[in-house]
Order: sequence, then structure tokens, then C-alpha cells
Amino acid sequence: MWFSKKTQRVLPGFKTSLGYTLTVLTLLLLLPLAACLFKAAALSPAQFFAAVGTRRAIATYVLSFGASFVAAVINVGIGLLLAWVLVRYEFWGRRLLDSLIDLPFALPTSVAGLVFSSLLVKKGWYGQLLVPLGISAAYSRLGIVIVLVFVGLPFVVRTVQPVLESLEGDTEEAAAMLGASRWQTLWRVLLPALRPSLMTGFALSFARGLGEYGSVVFISANIPYKTEIAPVLIVAQLEEFKYAEATAIALVLMAMSLVSLAFVNWLERRSRRYAP
Amino acid sequence: MSIRIRNITKQFGDFTALKNVSLDVPSGSLLALLGPSGSGKTTLLRIIAGLEQADAGSILVEDEDVSQQSARDREVGFVFQHYALFKQMSVFENVAFGMRVRHVAAAEVRTRVNELLHLVRLEGLGNRYPSELSGGQRQRVALARALAVKPRLLLLDEPFGALDAKVRQELRTWLRNLHEEMQVTTVFVTHDQEEAFEVADQVVVMRQGNIEQSGTPQDVFDHPATPFVMDFLGHVNVFHGRLESGQMHMSGFAMEYPEYQQTQSRDATAYVRPHEVELNRTPQGETSLPVRVVHVNPAGPVTRVRLLSDVFGAALNVDLSPGRYHELALRPGDQVFATPKRVRVFLPEDYAI
Repeated sequence: MWFSKKTQRVLPGFKTSLGYTLTVLTLLLLLPLAACLFKAAALSPAQFFAAVGTRRAIATYVLSFGASFVAAVINVGIGLLLAWVLVRYEFWGRRLLDSLIDLPFALPTSVAGLVFSSLLVKKGWYGQLLVPLGISAAYSRLGIVIVLVFVGLPFVVRTVQPVLESLEGDTEEAAAMLGASRWQTLWRVLLPALRPSLMTGFALSFARGLGEYGSVVFISANIPYKTEIAPVLIVAQLEEFKYAEATAIALVLMAMSLVSLAFVNWLERRSRRYAP
Repeated sequence: MSIRIRNITKQFGDFTALKNVSLDVPSGSLLALLGPSGSGKTTLLRIIAGLEQADAGSILVEDEDVSQQSARDREVGFVFQHYALFKQMSVFENVAFGMRVRHVAAAEVRTRVNELLHLVRLEGLGNRYPSELSGGQRQRVALARALAVKPRLLLLDEPFGALDAKVRQELRTWLRNLHEEMQVTTVFVTHDQEEAFEVADQVVVMRQGNIEQSGTPQDVFDHPATPFVMDFLGHVNVFHGRLESGQMHMSGFAMEYPEYQQTQSRDATAYVRPHEVELNRTPQGETSLPVRVVHVNPAGPVTRVRLLSDVFGAALNVDLSPGRYHELALRPGDQVFATPKRVRVFLPEDYAI
């Protein structure tokens, strides 16, 4: 029994702190979720499925999940490389670069959206080069992926960095002594050791992408069936005073996010089996 | 495979880790590099492995100069102090690693890994992860992994340093037996003289980047070349005095030292090991020193007696056999006479006679 009075703990206050945590969780997370459910319950099952199953809604789910997934994959690659450079090399300006990584955390995402759209339009710095090549990133799905990469990048860097720091140099030396080439050491020793943290970074970046609104609104033209993401659709519904329909879509989005995050967590836990 | 180390020098910034070190390791031998921390023993081992590049000098393995070869081409098995196992791989995969990167056929890998797990007495633990093993087991996995690729040399860096006393003792005996079986030229680093003496056939004592003495354990223990070696290998009693005509004179007492017959007197330091002193209730000629018993510790295989010489005002440590201790029935405060049975004298300029 964990509430048994016989249990003596070195640190007091278990009951108080648990109670506090549960209260805060309830107020901040569980009640709003219940309210969401309650609101959606105003719809009959038939109305509910009609609201969440329109072609327009399905297109937004596909885009939201697809763009977040692609952005998270890209982030795993770039993030790993950045973390590697920051951990393994000493160079001038490393400290500055390291603190810049967190910038997307602090920057209002709408600013990021505005900046990237002005860069990617035909006359922008990037657009000048890209548009002649036939790549018009502004107001397109590509643009959405780009801003999601921007907002999700710090998650990967910050989860991989500490693990990379804790990897002992002698494991790499051991691999070399056993005849592994640098490539084999990277592929067989380093990456497997980093896999759990890469997956955590992926999951966080993916989740961030699903929830992102501010930056996407500015960079995608929010064209239904083309560049409209699920959160934008929810806002669009609200503007038409379709509250119940909006919450129904929100519920679907939430359920799908939970399932996909649970799946990534499961993968991550499985790959962590060796940890003490 | 024999190893020939020729004039190796290594600097780390201002610190000279190795100064012109040369050493021959005969094929099939088990050699211990022994020394305090900072003596350069680990650096020398890492240079043999190719994990560190010497500033000058060369390493020859069986007449082939490997100095310019990278670590991975040297075919050397290396066991790290903290095991350096691959945490995310099972024991089986750890041992198999060297063969996997060489693309050895799966069936052959399986046979060889099982053979090695048997050798290190870890059969049935192939599916465990390193975190699920004890320290001693991890060290044996590390050893099996190093042996899997049939190395030309086996190098071990403080292999038992992180283990507790009992496991360390077991692994020493086991490593010795394993070496008899495999006959791979082996070099290991240790700061524990007992470990070096017990396991190695050749001991190399290092100090401040130099080799102080090298020889069989018995050689080094019985004929220490320098005061440092004498002091490093077990406890010693130190006496300062003057050497003259076959005698070492210290205030109020003298010891026989026939090796020095010159009449010219000179300063010298005498070293006497605690087990090479006899205690008696009555004086034994003029070489006996009157001492008072301060403390007796009869626990363990020898009885350690701490004595105080009122003449010198200095402490003296003596190890007695339990039998002799019971004969004498020593009590703190007793007056006895100490007679050194064996004395080693070093002159100040480190010139050993």
C-alpha cells in the first residue's frame, strides 16, 4: 500500500505533492479535454461523422500528419548533425550557435511564418533563386514543411545533445580496435546508441508540427483541399459559428495525435530495453 | 607475436608522458606494466594499440613496423578499464562485433561466439544486455570480444581496477589460466604490485615516463634496482646512516653490509622489508636494535608488529609468522631486539651496490 503510514520516506510531502500535481493536471488538461468532449457531444453520431468525415476535413488530416511527419524526419537528420557538431567540436562561436538553437522556442511562430513567406516569395531572398527553378515554396505544402522544420528543430537537438555528450569516447575506440571503419562505427555503434533520443526528438518535433498554427497560417494560403491544415480548418469552422463541428474535428485530431505519439513512445521504449 | 618498443617519446603539451622508452616483449609472454598514476604506463599501452601516436620512436610487432598503422589495422585486442561494451547490443552481439564488421559468415560467427562465451564462462548469457551483468561478467565479455577477432596481441588497461577485491582475485587467476591456454602475447597495465606479481611472467616498473626496472616478478622483488622500486613494491623500513668497511652505521647501531668494503665512509640509505627482520627477547650481537612494541595486529596471514626505536626515535614495522608471534607472546610495551636479516643499501646518487 503506497498510502500506508508505515512507509517512511526521506523526503516528506508525498501526499501533498501528488495531490497538487493531480489538481493542476485536472485543471489544465483533463477538464478542458472533458469540455471538448462535452461540446462535441452536442452532435448526434451521424452529425459527428458527417462533420469529421467531409472531404475537406480528411484533406486537412492528411496534410497535417503528412507535413508534420516529413518535417520531423528532416529534423532528425539536421538535428543530429547540429548536435554532433556542437558536442564533438570546439570552434569559435560554438556557445553562440548553441544558444541560437533555442530561438524557435522563444520566437512567436507567426513571426517565423511571416519571415519565411517573405523570403520564399518570388522576390524574396530564397524565392529569387528557387522560383526560377520551378520551386515555389511560399503558399504551398513545401512552405508548410519548411516552417514546421524551423519550429521543431530545437526539440531534436536538445534531446540528442545530452545523450551524445554522455557517450564515452572509449566505445568508439573499442569499435576501432575491433576493426570497424569510421562508417561502421557510426552505423553500428553510435546511431543505435542514439536511437532512443532520436525517436524522442522525432516524437516531440512531430507533435509540435501537429499543433502548429501561427506560422502555417502565414506561409500557406490556407486553400481548402490543398494547403489547409487541420487547426486552420477548426478556426474556419469557428468563424462560421459551427462550434460543435469544430470541437468534433479537434477531437479526431487529438485522438490521432495520441495514437501516433503512443506508437512512437512504444517504439522508443522497445529500443531502450538495454538501459539500466 | 613479439613486440619491440624502440625509443618511444610522447608529450602531452608540457607534460612528458614517455621519455625514450624501449622494451622487448617476447612472444607468448604475459607482461605487466606497473607504476603509479602518471608514470606513463597507460600511454605506452595505448601507443602499442595505435590509439595514441608517439612523437618519436617505433613499435615493431614480429619485425613489422606498425607505428604508422591505424588502430583498426593492427589486429590488437584491447580491454578497456571501464569495459567500453556496446550498451545497446546483447552480450552475443558485443562478442560478435569484430566478426560482423569483417563480414564473417553468420554460422561461423555463431560457433565462434559460443566458443568464446564458453571460454569466459558466460554460456547462456548471450541474450543479456551489459546493464544486466555484474562488473566481473562485463569484464569477461570485454575480454571475449577482444579475443573474438584472434588478435596478434592482447592489451589490457587496468583490467580489474574497477572490481571488488574478491572478484579481482578470481579474475586474476582466471586470466593467468586463460593465458596459458591461448598463448597470446599479453601486456596489461596495473598500479597494483600484487596483481602484477601474481599474474605476469615479466614485470616492468615505470616511473615518470621511464622504465625503472624490468624482470621476472621474483627478480624485481628480490633485487630492486632503485629505491623507488623497493619502495613501490610493498612496505619498507628506511634507515639513514653511513656506510664504511662492510658495515652500515646508524646512530647507536650497525648492520652488516659486506658488499661495501671500502674504508672511505659515505652517506647511504638502508631499506629493510618488514618480513626480513627478526625479533628476539635477547640481543643478537651488535646488529640488534633495542625497540619497544607499540602495536600488534595478529589478524591475517602475518602478524604485523609496530615498534618504536628509542635510539632512533623512529618507527619500525615488522611482519612475523603467527608461529613466531605466539612463541614471543608480544604485548604492547615489551622491550625486544630487532635484527635485520636482509638489508639493501642505496647510495644517494641512486647507485646500487
